Order: sequence, then structure tokens, then C-alpha cells
Amino acid sequence: MPADFAPSTDTPGLKAPGLQQPWAMRDTVAFAGIGTTRYGNFPETDSYGLGCEALNAALDDAGLKPGDIDGLIVNRMPSYERFAEMMGINPQYCLLTEAPGRFSGVSLALAAQAIATGAAKTIALVYGNNGRSVRMMYGGGDSQWSPWGMTSPGAIHAMMWQRHMHQYGTTHADLGWVAEAFRHHACLNPDAVMHGRPITRDDHARARPICEPLKLLDYCLINDGAVAWILTSAERARDMKRPPVLLSGYARQDAFHYGSAPPDDFWQPTLGACQSVYDRAGIGREDIQGLGIYDNFSPTVLFSLEGLGFCKPGEGGDFVRDGTLQLGTGRWPTNTSGGHLSDSYMQGWGIIAECVRQLRDDCGDRQIPNAQAMQYICATNIAQSLILRRDA
Amino acid sequence: MSLATRPAPVVDNWNRPFWQACGERRLILQRCTATGRCFFPPAPVSPFTGRPEWEWTEASGQGELWSFVVFHQNYFAGMKDEMPYPVVMVKLDEGPFLLTNLDGMTAADARIGMRLEVRFPGGPEGFLLPQFGPVEAPPMEASVEAPVGAAA
Repeated sequence: MPADFAPSTDTPGLKAPGLQQPWAMRDTVAFAGIGTTRYGNFPETDSYGLGCEALNAALDDAGLKPGDIDGLIVNRMPSYERFAEMMGINPQYCLLTEAPGRFSGVSLALAAQAIATGAAKTIALVYGNNGRSVRMMYGGGDSQWSPWGMTSPGAIHAMMWQRHMHQYGTTHADLGWVAEAFRHHACLNPDAVMHGRPITRDDHARARPICEPLKLLDYCLINDGAVAWILTSAERARDMKRPPVLLSGYARQDAFHYGSAPPDDFWQPTLGACQSVYDRAGIGREDIQGLGIYDNFSPTVLFSLEGLGFCKPGEGGDFVRDGTLQLGTGRWPTNTSGGHLSDSYMQGWGIIAECVRQLRDDCGDRQIPNAQAMQYICATNIAQSLILRRDA
Repeated sequence: MSLATRPAPVVDNWNRPFWQACGERRLILQRCTATGRCFFPPAPVSPFTGRPEWEWTEASGQGELWSFVVFHQNYFAGMKDEMPYPVVMVKLDEGPFLLTNLDGMTAADARIGMRLEVRFPGGPEGFLLPQFGPVEAPPMEASVEAPVGAAA
């Protein structure tokens, strides 16, 4: 890592250059509509069909028609052009973003920038994935490490978690608290894939190994499904059907220096840089009621909490013990839909949608009482955090 | 062992010398001539300066077991017979990490921090794959100068 970039991991909260300044876009852009499909195995449709369904739900939610959309960001569908053609949208701003889940937050930031600069007024962001029915494999194929059998995002996280346990004394049982809390939330969410299928920490411990030290219940759930968000200026959103949810702050720091190998620092420096999200949003940690954490694998939840300073590096296991992340039990209800582990792996798109729903009191049995602000965290080589809040 | 049926390396203009050296049972790395630091995977420029200022250097072939996993799910037809198989992350004494496998020991004997050294027991046709195993008993003077962290 170039020395002039690297914040020391010994200095919690150190901010990356350029992230301390006031954020010009604070509270200027809002979610005006949200749409999600069912998640499951739907071979009768495809990512386009699911994307159209989610966008129609979001348009209905916002009280808009396709002709009101002048910006379009498409993700996981093969072609933005074909999708726009299907929906009859001819925008003035359009792009297809990269497939990895880190691009949910990136897409959101791009849309906010486009709205803030006037490149578009009302942007639909549509994620559609049919990974389950086409039996998408997250692993295999030719790569730098395939001669040694190293492949799959799960193995990268397993490698990091093994090291974390060695370095800090965490245990696989610590992850059981994460899996159990998110499954509890799925059981409160009638739309969750794992609704009605509770698990215990004992089930988590005894699940079959996939890539040791990780086991089945440390992995996210691959499904077919789609999520759509409609973003516009806060001002315009106030005249629409639903109460706006504001994008108060966003922070991001990338790190691509790991030599194509699993990161050796649990993303602590770059997640640490993202602590600037609080200053950017003008909202302190204590003013946040719940979290959405990108949980492709259970260890990333601990990496996220450590990196954003909820606890010290290495103390994530202690932090989540006794149900800290569980609604009704702990201070930090996290992934109240069930998250990637127990609702569905919608690559961050669904988790952000859930944060919006919490801030509109749309969550029924899984509603966080008096939710005023929610924070999203994504621990990847593009580390990100964002804070959403209710319109005052 | 079924190293012969492993996926073949993807050879490009930058890693070709690395694989040729492996074929001669030698581990080589690119070293940035401006900073003296080594890097991997092979690349057209040094990541420390962004400039094409580097040279190939003979690596010690030794490093520390940094972390490891055991695959129970198979993604490669040619590795079916090896299931479940370990992948280890080795921090070479020169700095870069390699993802590799164990030779002459099993995952049950793997301890993070232990010293490992390279060997070349086989590979798919036309290649020898670097694998890592316990360090052979070193000569007296070498053990005195063992790198910091060797006992970790």
C-alpha cells in the first residue's frame, strides 16, 4: 500500500484525505419510490422480467409513470438498452454498472451526483438477477489462482476469518450470533425466503462446512429477484406520494493493492476512512437506530462493525454476543429483512431498500421503533457507508 | 496427489517468466528497482511507482503461513479426487502473498505463523506448480538468522 494513502490501523477513526470536508450533497437527494419482487426460483421469467416487475412496483410506490423517468441505472441485467426499450424509457442519463454487490452503493452515489448536477431529475435504479434459476456459480473458471484451486468469494472470506480468529481470538461461534439474529428477522418478515424456518446458534455450529472455517449458515442465499429504487431531489420528492427518505451522507474509500489475494487487514483502514460518513451526514452514531450491513458472508458483518468504529478492531465477536444485532434484544438491529443470509442475496440493493422502508414505518412486525436514521455499511475493496434519514 | 489434472495457469506476457522459472524449480518475483520491494502477481509496472522499473529476482522460497482454508465444495473437475483440499496463504519473506497448497503435510498440521518453503512436486502438462511444506532442517547459521516472526 502506498504510504501516503494508508491510514494506520492503529489509529481508529483516521480519515482518508479529502473525506473530511462538508458534503455538498447532504440531504439534497431522496428516495421517492421502492419496489421489490418475490425472491426465489423463477425459471418462467428472467432478470429483465424481474427488473420490470420491481420497477413497476417502485413507480406505483412513487406515483410515477415510465415517462417521468429521465435517468436509468441498470445492474445485473444484460443490457441497459434492452431494458430501457422494454420499459419505454428514453432517458437523458443512462448506464449499466458492474456486477459485484459493492456497486449497489456506488450506483446510488452516481445517481445522487447526477441529480445534484442536473444530469437527470428522476432516476430509476433497477437491479435484476436470476442467479438461482440459471444456477449461477460464484467460483470456478480460469483465474490467477485457479491452478491452486482457490476460487469463490466465500473462500476469500473464509481465509480472512481464519486469520481474524488467529489474530484476535474470535471464534466461529461468534458468527452464530449474526446468523441467528438475521434469521430471527427473516421469521418476522413474511416476504423473506427463510420466513418460518428459525435456526439456533447450535444449528449454525453444526451446519456442513463449505469452505472451512465457514459453514453453510455463514453463506448468503442465491435467488432470483429484483429491486428498484427511484431517486430524485428532496424538493421534488416532497410533492410525491410517499414521505421522502433523504440520503444524508455517503463515504467511500477504495483499496486495490491486495495483490489479487484476500485482504490482510480486514479493510480496517478503508472502512475507518468511511467513518467520515457521520460528519458528512451531520448525524452522529448515537442518533442512528438501525443498520444495514452487506452480509455476503457472516464475517463481513464483524469486519464492518470494527471498521466503522462500533467496537475496536478484533472485538467484533464480543460486540455481537448476546444479540446486539437482534431486533427487540440489542441496541443495533441489523438487516431487519433477514439480510443476505436469511432473506436473499440481492447484493446490497435489498438491504438499502429495507433501510428506506424502516424510515417510512413500512416494516410491520420487524419495525424498529422510532427509526429516524439508518446506516448502511459495505466491507469490500470499495468500502462504503451511507446514512439515510427521515425528512424532518 | 493429482496435480496433473489441476487447471492450467493462465499465461500472459507478464507471468510467462514466472512459470518458466517454476518449470526449472525456481521461484522468482518482480522487484521494483526504485523501492526494492517485490510484488506479485506479475505486472507491466511496479505498483509502488506505476513505472516499468523492475527486475526479476530469485525468491528465497520461504515464508510464513498467514492463513488457510479447506474447500469442501468442488469447482474444478480436475480436483475432484483431492476433495476436501486446503489452500494456504503464504506471506513470502520478500513481502508478497501467494495462494498455494500444502505438500508433505496436511491441513490438520497447519499452524498460522509456521515457516514453510516452496517445492515443485508436479503440475498440469507443461507446468510445475509451486506448493509449500515444512522447512527442511536448516543449516546452523541459517537458523540463527531466521527472520523475525519465525516463532510466531
